[in-house]
Amino acid sequence: MGDTAVTVGTIEPVARSRPPPGIVGPWAWARANLFNSWLSTAITLALVYIILRLAVSLVDWAFVHAIWHVPYSDKGVPDTSSCQRAKGIGACWAVIADKYRLILFGRYPYDEQWRPAICVALFIGLYVVSAMRRFWRKELVLIWIGTLTVIGVLMWGGVFGLTPVSEDYWGGLPITLILATFGLAFAFPLAILVALGRRSTSMPAVRMLCVLYVELIRGVPLISVLFMASVMFPLFMPAGVNIDKLLRAQIAFILFAGAYLAEVVRGGLQALPKGQAEAGEALGLTYWQKTGLIILPQALRLVIPPLVNTFIGFFKDTSLVLIIGLFDLLTMGKVALSDPPWLSFATEVYIALAIVYTAFCFAMSKYSRGLERELGRAHRR
Amino acid sequence: MSDAVADPRTAGARLAPKRRLRLSWSDPIFRSIVWQVIIVGLVVAVAWYLIGNTNRNLAARHIATGFAFLDRVAGIPIGESLLPYNPAVSTYGRALLIGILNTLEVSAIGVVLATILGTLIGIGRLSANWLLARLTAFYVETVRDIPLLLQLLFWYTILQGLPGPRQALHLSHIAFLSNRGLKLPELIWHPAHTGAVIAFIVGAIGTRLWVLRARVRQDATGARPATWPVALALLVGLPLVVWAAMGAPFQWDLPAMRGFNFRGGGTVSPEFFALLLGLVVYTAAYIAEIVRSGIQAVPLGQWEAGTALGLGRGPILRRIVLPQALRVIIPPMTSQYLNLTKNSSLAVAIGFQDVVSLANTTLNQTGQAIEGIAYIMAVYLTISLSISLFMNWYNARIALVER
Repeated sequence: MGDTAVTVGTIEPVARSRPPPGIVGPWAWARANLFNSWLSTAITLALVYIILRLAVSLVDWAFVHAIWHVPYSDKGVPDTSSCQRAKGIGACWAVIADKYRLILFGRYPYDEQWRPAICVALFIGLYVVSAMRRFWRKELVLIWIGTLTVIGVLMWGGVFGLTPVSEDYWGGLPITLILATFGLAFAFPLAILVALGRRSTSMPAVRMLCVLYVELIRGVPLISVLFMASVMFPLFMPAGVNIDKLLRAQIAFILFAGAYLAEVVRGGLQALPKGQAEAGEALGLTYWQKTGLIILPQALRLVIPPLVNTFIGFFKDTSLVLIIGLFDLLTMGKVALSDPPWLSFATEVYIALAIVYTAFCFAMSKYSRGLERELGRAHRR
Repeated sequence: MSDAVADPRTAGARLAPKRRLRLSWSDPIFRSIVWQVIIVGLVVAVAWYLIGNTNRNLAARHIATGFAFLDRVAGIPIGESLLPYNPAVSTYGRALLIGILNTLEVSAIGVVLATILGTLIGIGRLSANWLLARLTAFYVETVRDIPLLLQLLFWYTILQGLPGPRQALHLSHIAFLSNRGLKLPELIWHPAHTGAVIAFIVGAIGTRLWVLRARVRQDATGARPATWPVALALLVGLPLVVWAAMGAPFQWDLPAMRGFNFRGGGTVSPEFFALLLGLVVYTAAYIAEIVRSGIQAVPLGQWEAGTALGLGRGPILRRIVLPQALRVIIPPMTSQYLNLTKNSSLAVAIGFQDVVSLANTTLNQTGQAIEGIAYIMAVYLTISLSISLFMNWYNARIALVER
């Protein structure tokens, strides 16, 4: 070092040197993440073996040896003998090709099935619009009311020259989306009221009622609430009044979802600093002004990610109406399987249904996580 | 006059006994009383109306309310039961009791297995091995996106699609898996086994006392006597000695093919197996996330601080990291256990006879809808309240003691 002269004033740009070999590159990455110890190497090798074997047999079953179409007899009865021969070797996707309209739209009149199809598109559009923060304002409520009205008109018909279709013929994906969406739309205001009631300090009787409702519903399984709707609601009504099965299940869903959402909303209310409410009182606002203008806008914003997660849960829970005999997506899958030629191809139908449910839930959970990150960023500063 | 300066709320509280209620809308207490009377009155009126309708409807259908039907002979065939049951003579009361036991059985086993699987997967998600972390993340994502009911139907279909008893899948001819369910060897129970269990309980109490004594010694002298040899002797040695002293019986009842089906051994029915499999696979995905976030919630500095104090890995994990992780884990874990118990009610869809399934059959046979629903709700409320009471107690025990 001693014989290098130090020059003052000029700065020699240092040539950018390459990192030493073994630090970057795919091989180094693999060494750090897949083979960094004996145990890790063993796990990696075992997993690679298992995954390869599973993947090969899955591709074999689902694609290579799969049967996509079967011939039909003159009467339109499918001839499934090729599927029967391939059983255990290849998937029989012909069952989906034959039954997808029944599974998606139920027993809705075949020629009118464009109507539920549009409804499904409208529902998805509604979710997408609601997910965009640009639309998070009061007008969103109007968009919801408008879209749900259009969906009702399309499904029932009877006006604008549409053939009327009774809800006894509804089925499939629209039923699943109706139960989930209408359930949320009605449960949400109920949940806000219950959460506020539960936090009320000046009205102990109302607080007791809210606690009772929330804890009672959360203590019992959804299926018991649905059973109550299907066998006890008819007893509650005065003689001669009969509410439709779908509506009864919908009411049960609203009551059930209301209790869970109320707890989520309560979490948001509790997370808000007390100073916000006190500041509102100091300004001389009434209770509802204070709640509507100051507390709820902040509290609800805090709980949007858990709200989306709760919504995912309810979307999956709509499948429980199978047990009380409503024709939702899952029930239609079972109905399709009750057709004699397709009796033994349940696995294929269940996989197809799982893909539909996964598509909806995955999109929602991806969105929820992104939102959490985005909203959390504002808090972290 | 100083009252005017004080916090209006506390001043109000102090003056409350003296204050008289003004019958004016501007008095907040009067207002809240009026609102409460209106709301409670509305709820009572609606309830009254519904009860009135129900009574009229029941009278019109000639259904007698009450639980007298519990003493009638049920005649429901029950596949699996922990109690002796005969459809020809056993009552509805007994059938419903069996439902409770079946629900408790599947929930208890499910909770244990889901905790084990969920913990393993949760740790796997934090693994330094990229492949393992990805794979477990994929498991959690996929399982959580598919409705449990669909998963249960799927597992049930798979189990029913298995070959018959003659071509059963087997594990070296000891355990058999076929469309009749899982056949396992069963230990032939002998009084010596009961003796060993009692010896184990006695040993556990003895170990506890020994540990307490060691702690007293440590407090007095600073040196902690070794506890593990005594614990080993009491917990393992004592039961073994008792078992050996009573003749050391050890005999398995192995399942074997006789004709068209298996004889001997214990059976896990396809319904029970599918339900357990579905519940465990589904709940484990949620538990994995809870375990992962619990472990991540403990800062690395805690490990380093423990090492700086000269503690080994075991004591750090036991005395520093786990207590803090558990504090984060316990509350959400409780609600997962409750969810699993409540989700076991989906058994009705695949024909396992739990609380809901048997109550449903009962109310279809007797028409006692209200009693049936009330029974289901009462059972689950009791289970939920007991689990959450226990977990609240446990949570309070390990909670952070703050000033």
